Amino acid sequence: MSAQAQSGRTPLSRFFSSSVWSRRTLRQKEELIAYLLVSPWVIGFLAFILGPMLTSLGLSFTETDLFTLEFVGFENYTKLLSFDTTRTLFWTTLYNTAYYVFLSIPLTITAGFFIATLLNQNISGQPTYRVVYYLPAVIPGIATSLLWLWLFQPEFGLINWALSLVGIEGPRWLFDRSTAKMALVLMSVWGAGSNMLIFLAGLQGIPTELYEAATIDGAGIWRRFRSITIPMISPTLFFVVVTQIIWSSQVFTNVYVMTEGKGGPANATLMMVLYLYQVAFRQYRMGYASAYAWIFFLILLVFTLLLFRSSKAWVYYETEIGGQRS
Amino acid sequence: MSGAAIGIGSSGASVRRSQKTQAVLIHVVLIAGGIIVMIPLAWMLSTSLKPPHQITKFPPIWIPDPFVWSNYVRAVTIFPVSFLVFVRNSMYMSLMITLGTVLSNAVVAFAFARLSFRGSRVLFIIVLSTMMLPQQVTMIPLFILFSHFGWINTYNPLIVPHFFANAYFVFLLRQFYTTIPRELDDAARIDGCGVIGLFLRILLPLSKPALGITAIFAFTWAWNEFLGPLIYLSRMETFPLAIALSFLRAAHGVLWSELMVVSFIAMLPPVLLFFVAQKHYIQGIVITGVKG
Repeated sequence: MSAQAQSGRTPLSRFFSSSVWSRRTLRQKEELIAYLLVSPWVIGFLAFILGPMLTSLGLSFTETDLFTLEFVGFENYTKLLSFDTTRTLFWTTLYNTAYYVFLSIPLTITAGFFIATLLNQNISGQPTYRVVYYLPAVIPGIATSLLWLWLFQPEFGLINWALSLVGIEGPRWLFDRSTAKMALVLMSVWGAGSNMLIFLAGLQGIPTELYEAATIDGAGIWRRFRSITIPMISPTLFFVVVTQIIWSSQVFTNVYVMTEGKGGPANATLMMVLYLYQVAFRQYRMGYASAYAWIFFLILLVFTLLLFRSSKAWVYYETEIGGQRS
Repeated sequence: MSGAAIGIGSSGASVRRSQKTQAVLIHVVLIAGGIIVMIPLAWMLSTSLKPPHQITKFPPIWIPDPFVWSNYVRAVTIFPVSFLVFVRNSMYMSLMITLGTVLSNAVVAFAFARLSFRGSRVLFIIVLSTMMLPQQVTMIPLFILFSHFGWINTYNPLIVPHFFANAYFVFLLRQFYTTIPRELDDAARIDGCGVIGLFLRILLPLSKPALGITAIFAFTWAWNEFLGPLIYLSRMETFPLAIALSFLRAAHGVLWSELMVVSFIAMLPPVLLFFVAQKHYIQGIVITGVKG
């Protein structure tokens, strides 16, 4: 309206302003459509992520079992983080989860990277190898867990049979508190194929000219690996480390199935999410569980932020793609 | 090793020979690794077909004698509810989740890839940052919310949120859409296509591979999902396969043949899907770095 009122002196200016006007309405129309199209995500974010997160924070200062709700202030937090280990299982679950995460991540990453390096040597049959190594990652967690429960079976299990072949008497694995976590770690290496695929993609993205130039300059295989492969793969490595920490700290299905939801023996495999599940959905202490979930979230957040900060020191970004990475 | 050998004076034949030995060596390592990866699965199949007395043999027997096919019948009839009910539940849940995922993410990702609107950058950063969020922090309020809706023991809590887009798939599809040349947009616009027409007639048909990847991932994840069904479903008739299996483990912990049979059946759909669509599958993982 206002655009029309301003124009009207010469045909030229009228044409100009009207074209601006129509372009603007088109823009506005498109913007409206754009908002409409992203609205499913916005609604989902508000209803299923942000809203629940804030609610969970609020609940963490209460004790509630779905029917009653009582404000308790910081009691949940002080109880959880109490150093009196007879009052809280928090430290046990933190230790168990940290043990699992910090042993399984180096192993799965090394295994994945090693296989990816081999596959990257222009090997024939690469697609077949990729399928074979990736296959365990598509198998449902429940099937994997039942299978490994059987493999780890102390008397007739395949793993102890393999150990007996080299003269080792196998431990009781999941039935012994000193080996139960290690069993879960070993099992996680079986799924290293998903890391392999990501590393392989990263390795294939390194320009071969770099290697050729370095070879001409007399760089040996180790030198080329250290000075080209490592820096060029570091963004991929960073991505894998961050996502692996987030995923593997949420380990649940394996422990739930293999220990019948208990995290035994003697809480040796009581992982953070398993304990959260027990407190929230077996004992219905929703307030306490919310506080626990928030501590879990904050630990992960701090870890991720530290990793992002440290990345400046060890992750190499080519300047042009620096802004594009997410 | 091979690269270092390429230099002035070294004869072509010796280079080729050293390359060949290197390739053989790599194959040996890869095959050995591949066997180690496959052994557990072979063991699963072997156990599933064994007569009871051969299961607890030590050292183990690899080839069952005889093949006890009736294990399969017994394993699927061991439940108080027909096994087909669990398969149907898993199928229904997974297909609905797949439908919701493909529909909602195709649309949302299109807006982020092709339309300019105020706040799009900020919104997209929020989308990406939700990838880092552990679902446990929203789990309890969502349970309370859905139980107020009366949705306990229904599939709604598991299905409905998937109709509201998901960070991974928004990212995956957006990455794919941006590889489609923008000249096509311009041409379509000149021919009088609106935004919706552009989406439906140009981008959607061209992004079939990416939508396929999305569908495959969504289906596989839904099929393998455990914690969600465990929380929301408590009546046996509503169990998906994964929960039914854990139930079998709790009730009959040592029936190894039966456990291996049902595990094998439960892994068939995602594994077959992976074999059929492995090219797309691997491409999808490469785009996002998401694991299956």
